[in-house]
Amino acid sequence: MAGTSIMETLFQRDLDDLIKGIRQQQIKESLFISKAIEEIRREIKSTDLPTKSAALRKLSYLSSLHGADMSFAAFHAVEVMSSPQFFYKKIGYHAVTQSFNDDTPVILLITNQLRKDLNSSNQFEVSLALECLSRIGNVDLARDLTPEVFTLLSSNAVRVCFKRLVENLESSEPVILSAVVGVFCELCLKDPRSYLPLAPEFYKILVDSKNNWLLIKVLKIFAKLATLEPRLAKRVVEPICEFMRRTEAKSLLFECIRTVLSSLSEYESAVKLAVVKVREFLVDDDPNLKYLGLQALSIIAPKHLWAVLENKDFVIKSLSDGDYNIKLESLRLLMSMVSESNVAEISRVLINYALKSDPEFCNQILGSILSTCCRNLYEVIVDFDWYASLLGEMVRIPHCQKGEEIEHQIIDIAMRVKDVRPALVHVCRNLLIDPALLGNPFLHRILSAAAWVSGEYVEFSRNPFELMEALLQPRTNLLLPSIRAVYVQSVFKVLIFCAHSYLLHKENISSVNTDNLASEVPESVFARMSCENSDLATSEAPASSEQHDSFNPRNINQSFGDLSIENGGDATVSNSQASTSASLGRNSFTHESIVNLFNIVELALGPLSRSHDVEIQERARNVLGFTDLIEQEILNPVVQGEENLARAETEASRVVKLMCDAFSEELGPVSTSAQDRVPVPDGLLLKENLADLETICGDIQLPLSSSFSLSSTPLGEAVDISRTNLQSKDETEPSHESTSLLAEHRKRHGLYYLASEKSEGASNDYPPANDPMSQDKLNDDAEDLLKLTEQSLAPKKKPNQAKPRPVVLKLDGDEISVAAKKPELKDDLLSGVVQDVLLGNDGVPSSSRSNRSENLSGKSKGKEKLSTDLSLETKENVPGEKMPDHVNTSSRRSKHRSHGKERRQKGQGKDGEEKEDNGQKEKRKSNHHRGKHKAHQRADEPLNVVAQTPVIPDFLL
Amino acid sequence: MIHFVLLISRQGKVRLTKWYSPYTQKERSKVIRELSGVILTRGPKLCNFVEWRGYKVVYKRYASLYFCMCIDQEDNELEILEIIHHYVEILDRYFGSVCELDLIFNFHKAYYILDEILIAGELQESSKKTVARLIAAQDSLVETAKEQASSISNIIAQATK
Repeated sequence: MAGTSIMETLFQRDLDDLIKGIRQQQIKESLFISKAIEEIRREIKSTDLPTKSAALRKLSYLSSLHGADMSFAAFHAVEVMSSPQFFYKKIGYHAVTQSFNDDTPVILLITNQLRKDLNSSNQFEVSLALECLSRIGNVDLARDLTPEVFTLLSSNAVRVCFKRLVENLESSEPVILSAVVGVFCELCLKDPRSYLPLAPEFYKILVDSKNNWLLIKVLKIFAKLATLEPRLAKRVVEPICEFMRRTEAKSLLFECIRTVLSSLSEYESAVKLAVVKVREFLVDDDPNLKYLGLQALSIIAPKHLWAVLENKDFVIKSLSDGDYNIKLESLRLLMSMVSESNVAEISRVLINYALKSDPEFCNQILGSILSTCCRNLYEVIVDFDWYASLLGEMVRIPHCQKGEEIEHQIIDIAMRVKDVRPALVHVCRNLLIDPALLGNPFLHRILSAAAWVSGEYVEFSRNPFELMEALLQPRTNLLLPSIRAVYVQSVFKVLIFCAHSYLLHKENISSVNTDNLASEVPESVFARMSCENSDLATSEAPASSEQHDSFNPRNINQSFGDLSIENGGDATVSNSQASTSASLGRNSFTHESIVNLFNIVELALGPLSRSHDVEIQERARNVLGFTDLIEQEILNPVVQGEENLARAETEASRVVKLMCDAFSEELGPVSTSAQDRVPVPDGLLLKENLADLETICGDIQLPLSSSFSLSSTPLGEAVDISRTNLQSKDETEPSHESTSLLAEHRKRHGLYYLASEKSEGASNDYPPANDPMSQDKLNDDAEDLLKLTEQSLAPKKKPNQAKPRPVVLKLDGDEISVAAKKPELKDDLLSGVVQDVLLGNDGVPSSSRSNRSENLSGKSKGKEKLSTDLSLETKENVPGEKMPDHVNTSSRRSKHRSHGKERRQKGQGKDGEEKEDNGQKEKRKSNHHRGKHKAHQRADEPLNVVAQTPVIPDFLL
Repeated sequence: MIHFVLLISRQGKVRLTKWYSPYTQKERSKVIRELSGVILTRGPKLCNFVEWRGYKVVYKRYASLYFCMCIDQEDNELEILEIIHHYVEILDRYFGSVCELDLIFNFHKAYYILDEILIAGELQESSKKTVARLIAAQDSLVETAKEQASSISNIIAQATK
């Protein structure tokens, strides 16, 4: 046995050999390491300490630098750690520190070892144990070892526990001071309020200390404290300014600047000085300082925008810096500068910049423009026409990959802002008509939004024929099926719009010139008609008034009349008739142009009706079915007799009008919470067993199936009814066999179908814009919307605008981010305790100190002294409980700190109980609950209301 | 506070890792991979800070080694740069113009020195002299322990022969 261990010792590879081996790389590194680990696994089991420790050291090397797993050696690490010899102990501690975490099972084994080492006479062993504890300490270890740490700390120069810690703030020794300040700095980040009473000590350090490390920490503390206590801020602002003026150290200077900008921003002179210093940073050659300068500016931006505006040149210049971080920071700053007045200018600069920059940053720019502009429902945007064109421009930037955001915003503003629709439709037309854009898959989603907008708001289109061509151009086959379906649906809408306008014309013509026979020379009629445009407009006014308000193309046409000529010029020429007629007079839906339109649609959608994608197929078939229906009746009037014509036309126009009405239903944005506001109808029991409903369901299905069969009857009298029926339903494809099958299926599994009535009323054309909801809900919501828009308009009066800002619809579901929420104070385990100590500090220093030390250093000692501390305890606790913004110290304490509970219970308990307690320590546990209750009761008692804020001595303030 | 300290060579080899916040082994290697990708590719004239997963990584290059420290958003970057420099100076003093090889072969010593400077992610000792003195004292302790150990093992070896 001994022999093998000696052999191992002699021939073991030590760390140097291992490192050399890895570096020589005769075999592959990973292979070498796995071999080495195998070796270590064997060696580490050795009983010989040198072998074991060498193996452990090798393992910790491999673990820290090559990511080897060393959890298997946890126990061995503990063994080595417990060696009495410092050399091995050190290796063991290093391994433990490196590898242990809360999940390591053997962590429980080291408690005693740590305790022993913490009590060791060798200071280096103590430091090893402390270092280790600082790294791996968990709740158990902390509970068990805190007394040792405290005795340790109170035994020599540094005496700790909070009371002592506080005393050490006055220590003359820099090391101790910096350690203590470090502790408080870390604590302050978690819960600054508890440490307010220590402000005088910190202030003293701030004024006296010459140590920059220390000052930085103290400044960090003050940055936290000053926001809580304005009087304190007033006090520290002068010394901090003094530092800013005279310090050489950039790190201290930066900390001062940051403190002033973040916490002392009310002090004009300090901020001004800080901004001057920031400017020095910005012009410095060191990229670090430049970056930090920009960062400092972004801290101050929300409160003092002038500071940023003053340095605008630098900010814009650093957009072209070589460093991505600096670029990003300056972009953020630029975005924070955005306001109503300069949004156009800044966006212009940025868009130009985006054109030149690399793809990643380009998209970063676009993304931040988009997110800034849409903030709080497009708060900064006054001129939505401009914004629409900006969106159009963004799409044209070659690197643009922000399809999703732009898509969303196009649809969003189209729905929310009525006034922008004409401009937006124009922008969308330009996008749709460009075949090049179809080649970029990132833009497809934008195109889908554009297609939806131009279909939904086709009445604003200057030239629907051109739009139709754009929607049907051959390159659309590059689109995804889902997007193509949107295209087809838009085609449908445009088609209906054209047909409707055409019929409207005809009607009016026949009403104006009754003796003119339209069927004989339609061209001449339409030529005349276009001359009589103005006449028509007036004569049509009553006719169109029964239509939806916005559905009055003529008025719009007139306003755009001057544009129509140039418009006709750049239109695609393939449909010469359409474009010529467009140039003749915007509004001439001549017979030919309509025929041509129908031809194009049929030609383009024919192949799609056999598409494999159901959505496209279905929609294409819908359109084709419609054209079939209309074409025969209205487009071939010459063939039919005159009386026939009149009759057929009225019928066709009825069909078209119904369809039109279906589509002209205004789609508004719907709040996500809208569903909740629909009242549950009387007699609807949602939780009842649904099995009973089967018979009722059967009844409901019957009329449904009949409506399906209706729709498939040959065109006749009933056609328009069935059409509308069909339209308002899901526009499903009529087919006899399948419907009957479906009906049967419904009958059998009726329960699994949604009640069909629900989908009525909501025209189902574009999923993202439209929630399936019942009619009454729509009305309900519309009212809400109306109310909300009124509300949103009222407070926002912007007097200095040449052009009034259009209405932006708001929903209560929309989140409008106001200022950042007040950070909730964390329920901190420590803070309650700490507060007690620090508050008690000024009143009764000596006894409360002893009190504290007991409380922290364990229960056992505390118990005996309880009775003496009684009065004190109550005194201390009372104010804490009644402070409103003081996060109820007592309840927190009673929850988290078991001994705190005991003590309180005792505090209020009467004398007899104390004696009992002193005697029976075993009964403690059963008393816990009672203690808790009492603590709460006490908090409710009105007796001891002494409102009190943390005590800060007046000499400071 | 400092969440971790990394020393990475220009070739992307890791020379030292110290974690002050809990990371699993898997996370550790991921962090190292991610950061060395970010930091090693940055040009020489750029700033020394990288924003990363809501933290900031401050790095500085000395010869072929990158010293990286990960800190919270609100920490002072310049202070960390100074801590890095502080560490490097102490290493330099200890090894006598330190080079990468010193750190490779004395990796444990690099750790011990770091432990003297930082504790639980905070600066512990800002005096170079004190650190040097403490390290020297520990070294002598180790030496005596070693001698003892070797003599003991020699005795055992003798005895078993």
